[in-house]
Amino acid sequence: MRRMILYGMTALGALWLTRNLYVILLALPDEVAQGAIYRIFFFHLPAWFTCFAAFFAAGVASLLYLIRKSPGYDAFALAAVEVGVAFTAIGLVTGMVWARIIWGIWWTWDPRLTWAFITLLVYLGYLMLRRAIDEAAARAKNSAVLCIFAFTSVVITYKAIDWWRTQHPGAVLSFRTGGGTIDPAMESMLFQNWFALLLVAAALVLIRMRQEQIEREVDALRRRAHAL
Amino acid sequence: MRFLRQSLTVAAKDLRSELRSKEALNASLAFALVILLLFSFAFDPTAETTREISGGLLWLVFAFAGTLILNRSFARELANDCLEALVASPIPASALFLGKALANLVLLVAVELVSLPVFGVFYNVRWTPHFLPLLGVLVLATWGVAVIGTMFSALTVNLRLRELMLPVLVYPMIIPALMAAMQLTTVLLAGEPVAGDNWLWVRLLVAFDLIFTALALALVETVLLG
Repeated sequence: MRRMILYGMTALGALWLTRNLYVILLALPDEVAQGAIYRIFFFHLPAWFTCFAAFFAAGVASLLYLIRKSPGYDAFALAAVEVGVAFTAIGLVTGMVWARIIWGIWWTWDPRLTWAFITLLVYLGYLMLRRAIDEAAARAKNSAVLCIFAFTSVVITYKAIDWWRTQHPGAVLSFRTGGGTIDPAMESMLFQNWFALLLVAAALVLIRMRQEQIEREVDALRRRAHAL
Repeated sequence: MRFLRQSLTVAAKDLRSELRSKEALNASLAFALVILLLFSFAFDPTAETTREISGGLLWLVFAFAGTLILNRSFARELANDCLEALVASPIPASALFLGKALANLVLLVAVELVSLPVFGVFYNVRWTPHFLPLLGVLVLATWGVAVIGTMFSALTVNLRLRELMLPVLVYPMIIPALMAAMQLTTVLLAGEPVAGDNWLWVRLLVAFDLIFTALALALVETVLLG
């Protein structure tokens, strides 16, 4: 049953992404000011929203772990952070490709970009900390605490365009600007692509979480075999 | 009130043991001086640019030298199982944490106050005109560094790779405080008062301190007791 749901989610995500690609590349017209390159935005912003969602889910799971001490939450937090880091990398790379075309440079030390990079470093630190602790309970507890601290950098990244004057384009989605800054067809496409990516991310998290749980089972069995 | 007295007892204990052995303090001071020396090779120290980047240089020195002190904060208690004794003592874990953070604050500010005149002499920067506001910036930003550093020192105390992990975890997290401190320090060292747009950085520092102090006090119990 679980496997069928996973297959279903992955297939639905793949189909949806294919259809979105068709609309993005062939149906929607070029943007007036930026030309064809604006299309990368359909992956740039959804990738960031997906990574924010993954880190938020990891933070909530970490908090729940500290309250309930159930190893399942820890496995979920790890899976969500790993997938989140992957989407952070996608967000950074797509942003850099866009910047190379529009600004003429790959990177600039502007608050939004800097904090996006810091977020990546903070969560890489989380993954490193996990590797450094051998004992399972201590690893789960300490990394859960770090995960809650780490989420502050996500909040700063999200709000950076409001708090500082940045070179990064300001908010365009109507729920932040009150409308009028983006064509409704493009905005709807953004959200559709986000949901499709979210579906893929959720499938990845579930697969990774299952892997982690199986790994722990194998570990426990090996230890029991050694004891015998 | 009792909570505060307990924290101060822990802080006094930490400071006393550090002042008797001076192991972290000496290492940190020596390291700060070495980095100050190294910077002189990275750029021309007499140039006008020194004034523009002085805040950034100074805080890099403080951040690098600071981790040496923060590393020792909980690691010092490993010998003779002192950490177990501290955790078992009749004080809440948050008081223990606050005490250690206060001790770290005092030690870090001491290292900074020694490095500051040395920096001023070597790089021809006048730091005296706005000393009191500068001291305020030092204390505010260092408190943020001390809180994050003490918390992560508790997180990593039982690791084999403790000394390596702490900087990797601490530096990205304290960037907001460092960034604000660098901006404000540069302004003050240039002889200008904190005004206008720069109050944003003061607000950022205060918010950083409040948020992370609250978060650390709430979570330290689970870290130390499990």
